[in-house]
Amino acid sequence: MLRFAVRRLLLLVPILLGLSVLVFLFVRALPGGPETALLGERATPERLAEVRETYGLNRPLPQQYLTYMGNVLQGDLGVSPTTRQPVRDEIARRFPATIELATTAVVFAVGVGIPLGFVAARRPGSWVDNASTVGSLLGISIPVFALGYLLKYVFAVKLGWLPSSGRESPTSFADHPTGFYVLDGLLTGNPSASWDALKHLVLPGIALGTIPLAFITRITRAAVLEVSNEDYVRTAEAKGLERSVVSRRHVLRNAMLPVTTVIGLQTGLLLSGAVLTESVFAFNGMGSFLASAVFDRDYAVLQGGVLFLAVVFVLVNLLVDLAYGVIDPRVRTR
Amino acid sequence: MTGPGSATDPADVTRPGGLAGGTAAEVDLALPAEEGGGRGREVVRRLRRSPSAVLGLVLVGLFVLVGVFAPLLAPYSPTFVDLTDIRPGDFPGPSREHLLGVDNLGRDVFSRILYGARYSLVIGVVSVLIGASAGTVLGLLAGAFGGWVDGVVMRLVDIMLAVPSLLAAIGIAALLGRSLTSVMIAIGVVNVPIFARLLRGAMLSQRESDYALAATSLGVKRWRVTLQHVFPNSLAPVIVQGTLALATAIIDAAGLAFLGLGAQDPRIPEWGRMLADAQLYLASEPLLALWPGLAIMISVLGFYLFGEALREALDPKLRR
Repeated sequence: MLRFAVRRLLLLVPILLGLSVLVFLFVRALPGGPETALLGERATPERLAEVRETYGLNRPLPQQYLTYMGNVLQGDLGVSPTTRQPVRDEIARRFPATIELATTAVVFAVGVGIPLGFVAARRPGSWVDNASTVGSLLGISIPVFALGYLLKYVFAVKLGWLPSSGRESPTSFADHPTGFYVLDGLLTGNPSASWDALKHLVLPGIALGTIPLAFITRITRAAVLEVSNEDYVRTAEAKGLERSVVSRRHVLRNAMLPVTTVIGLQTGLLLSGAVLTESVFAFNGMGSFLASAVFDRDYAVLQGGVLFLAVVFVLVNLLVDLAYGVIDPRVRTR
Repeated sequence: MTGPGSATDPADVTRPGGLAGGTAAEVDLALPAEEGGGRGREVVRRLRRSPSAVLGLVLVGLFVLVGVFAPLLAPYSPTFVDLTDIRPGDFPGPSREHLLGVDNLGRDVFSRILYGARYSLVIGVVSVLIGASAGTVLGLLAGAFGGWVDGVVMRLVDIMLAVPSLLAAIGIAALLGRSLTSVMIAIGVVNVPIFARLLRGAMLSQRESDYALAATSLGVKRWRVTLQHVFPNSLAPVIVQGTLALATAIIDAAGLAFLGLGAQDPRIPEWGRMLADAQLYLASEPLLALWPGLAIMISVLGFYLFGEALREALDPKLRR
């Protein structure tokens, strides 16, 4: 297992290096170069030269890359020209929001998807099966921001059950020591703040969790169907085991292998791909941060944010691979 | 290897006679013809029996027809402004003159939705063509040459896949400047690694199959086996992926437009942009957001249904 883990980690090194080159070149490829992105298009030639000098942009590219990587490895992602804050601090402030949102979405998708897929597969052709098939198709066809609007309109505007945007009520003055609002409420002995933060997570969580829900339902159904046809399941049923026992011990456990992979891959995507959902719900996480960086042409944030999220994505995928190796020993030998 | 890439060719099992006894020349001539005709008919037969394929094809056909004939179908020009009943914050809903009502600028929503199909169609097709052709070239290089070429191409693919696709598309579109062209290039580029990996995987498994082995042992040159037999037989998953990629391209394009990265001209009736504009009037005019949302959903659903049915028709092992 250790050798498997180490090999997977080593495979990551060239990927991450390549990625850093890509992101580095990305900013250098901007029309007018990073100095124009930093100062705007009306900057005087003197000012531009000054910035080139300060940031070492007049040095050869390989040298610039080494300096850049040196800084990145020390956790320095540069300073955002829009907010005048270090990009690292901005990310540290917003990433907890994204984690909270992604967790909500995964809990929703797994909590609904696995039981639904299981029931659908155990009763193929039933109304539950048909409804889940149609539902998953609609789930992957609807654009996440359109679904976001729909949820917002029905549950926030019309029914008024849940808040429509933000991470907490505007009237809330809760302390946030960790940046995880739900956790912060519990830590500071303010359960109503936790409850408030939770309510703000429901709608964006459902919107974001719908596509993973569709995938998890489909893959659970397919996996359960496949396992149900295995010889050992037939044997278990033939020797008189109760259906519920067979379902739990033989079918579900073996069907969970592919489902785990999908959950992991979707989690990686959710942590990095919530740009649209966060924009619809004005949810102040990494996604809306990057979306506004696009508008402000804030390339320091784009460069640092994309690199950071890609690293998170790659690491989550690595964890999935490792988890898979733990669950299914056959993977390790490949 | 799992997934469509590893699927063995169903025609292998069903092909009568096989390769035994044929000369190299006969093999060269006979194989593609039998593959094309027999297999094509079989796939069409399977598709016609699949309800989801038929429904998908109907939706896709509707979408394409509307896109192509929008000027004939639409009652108004997408930029025609009718200010008769417009008051700030209150726009007439569906009526006889305006089937789906008018937007905040007094433009006919129905006509804009119809013209929007045009933009989605072009964006989808062009971006998938970009992604599929570049991806096919890369996959062909990797699959045909193997060795270090394969190594370099696959590492490149790994790096590209390390960035989540929407994020990569946002970055590329932002870099290229806000326009429809950059959206198409951005979505095309993020599709490249998917096609490359798929084709390479399919070629690797096809290369091991009996007909390739037979052709090689009959003295057919390696490049000829690769280009004339292995490559064409590996295209099925690429075609399926192309159909599914059209669905994601339409959704992603709408997402980019929603973020303000698409066409900058407000006169262009682009569905994602229409949805984004409708956000301002969500409380008073929710229907304005509903129509473009539905339009995106229906077209995407069509491509998904057809793509999935095509995948099943091409690979009977997936049918249960």
